[in-house]
Amino acid sequence: MKPDQKILSTIIDILREHVSKDVPITADTDLEADLSIDSLKSMEILAAVEDAFDVSVPINVLSEVQTVKDLATQIEKLLKEQG
Amino acid sequence: MGLFDKFQKIKQSLETFSQYSDSFFNVVLDEIISSTEAIINGRHTILAGTNNYLGMPHRKECIEAACSAVREMGTGTTGSRMANGTYGIHVELERALSQFLNKKHTIVFTTGYSANLSVLSTLVGPKDIVLLDADCHASIYDGCRLGGVQVYRFKHNDVNDLEKRLKRLSKPDTNILIAVEGLYSMLGDRAPLREIVALKREFGAYLLVDEAHSLGVLGEKGRGLAEEAGVEEDVDFVIGTFSKSLGSVGGYCSSDLEEIELLRFASRPYVFTASSSPANIAAARKALEIIQREPELRERLWDNANLLYERLSKHPFKLGPSPSPIIPVRFSEIPRAFEAWNGLLENGVYVNMVLPPATPDGSALLRCSLSAAHTTDQVEKIAEAFESIKHLA
Repeated sequence: MKPDQKILSTIIDILREHVSKDVPITADTDLEADLSIDSLKSMEILAAVEDAFDVSVPINVLSEVQTVKDLATQIEKLLKEQG
Repeated sequence: MGLFDKFQKIKQSLETFSQYSDSFFNVVLDEIISSTEAIINGRHTILAGTNNYLGMPHRKECIEAACSAVREMGTGTTGSRMANGTYGIHVELERALSQFLNKKHTIVFTTGYSANLSVLSTLVGPKDIVLLDADCHASIYDGCRLGGVQVYRFKHNDVNDLEKRLKRLSKPDTNILIAVEGLYSMLGDRAPLREIVALKREFGAYLLVDEAHSLGVLGEKGRGLAEEAGVEEDVDFVIGTFSKSLGSVGGYCSSDLEEIELLRFASRPYVFTASSSPANIAAARKALEIIQREPELRERLWDNANLLYERLSKHPFKLGPSPSPIIPVRFSEIPRAFEAWNGLLENGVYVNMVLPPATPDGSALLRCSLSAAHTTDQVEKIAEAFESIKHLA
């Protein structure tokens, strides 16, 4: 499933703010392997994403999130459920 | 991919850490001298990382109670609470805990971990929501995971973050359970319970407080943070353990809600586990009696905690937010933390070394826990040992 482009670009902007590594961030970027995001950083990023979309992400779904695209898809799904 | 390939990261970490310390993963207490002393690597060592807050494991009365229970009832129950594993002493301890905590019902579990696993895996399910403090113990996370409930973390001790999530998630037909701890095991700080109770009331949520580190430690009578904060009636589920201030092994959940008794039939970790041994139950029962009649133990514990915190505050150590029987000394660099930990052990002081991801902020920390059984002289020696490694702070 292709995620909403607006959601995707907002998430990429947030990631750029939080990741010091100078690597290009795209929909297929792997959050752990490409951006070296550890558990602490992931919580910070998640909080910023949640605030940006006014949505809460259950930790259960995080195991399904590997790439930026996965995160965008989950946010889109949650927005429909919680909205 | 081989069966054990997923453990490669752990293997690499162990190899890295073994460069800093040969003994870190192999600390053996060769001889236990008392609640506060042991022989480690042939050296007389003060124990300052044992969660043994009140010195109960070596209280003569507790030892005698455990020995009598073994003689009278044997070494194990060989059965689940649901089958042949409920003895009179299990029921007596449940009554004693209910009386002590002013709750109508108590269920005793085989460990503190299984108390959280049993309660959380059953009490809440996929249609419910748990909001837990990010620093909650692994047993809370694991209980939630086993039951398949939707879990949302809020930032540690951040009431505004909790409120934000309650506003987003609160719906008329959804049960929300807020889970927090009395004293947090790594930083030794308290949950802002009064504020959390106000939110619980406003949003009609349930509240679970794990008092594992605060039973016998906080509150005028030692009932924990809920007593200290004056909100006991608002706590729906009190979880606790016997393995810290009571010096035994086991756990409990106490509640005024009578339906909690149904968990005995619904909770798989409760039904399919052998019950606590008579010795553990008898020791916990005796320790519970002692903490009620000797409030001075709590005073001594806090005197020791305040003394060590004050001594360490004079040096450039990065400590926890406030004096507490749990005093973390944080290090941003793992190699320095190892050097400090080794230095303390060489100076005859054992503390816990805690590494990421078990630490809340990604730093390494040396975690001290004080005991009422520590003498002032021992606390001074712990402080002196830290002074000898202050250049590593």
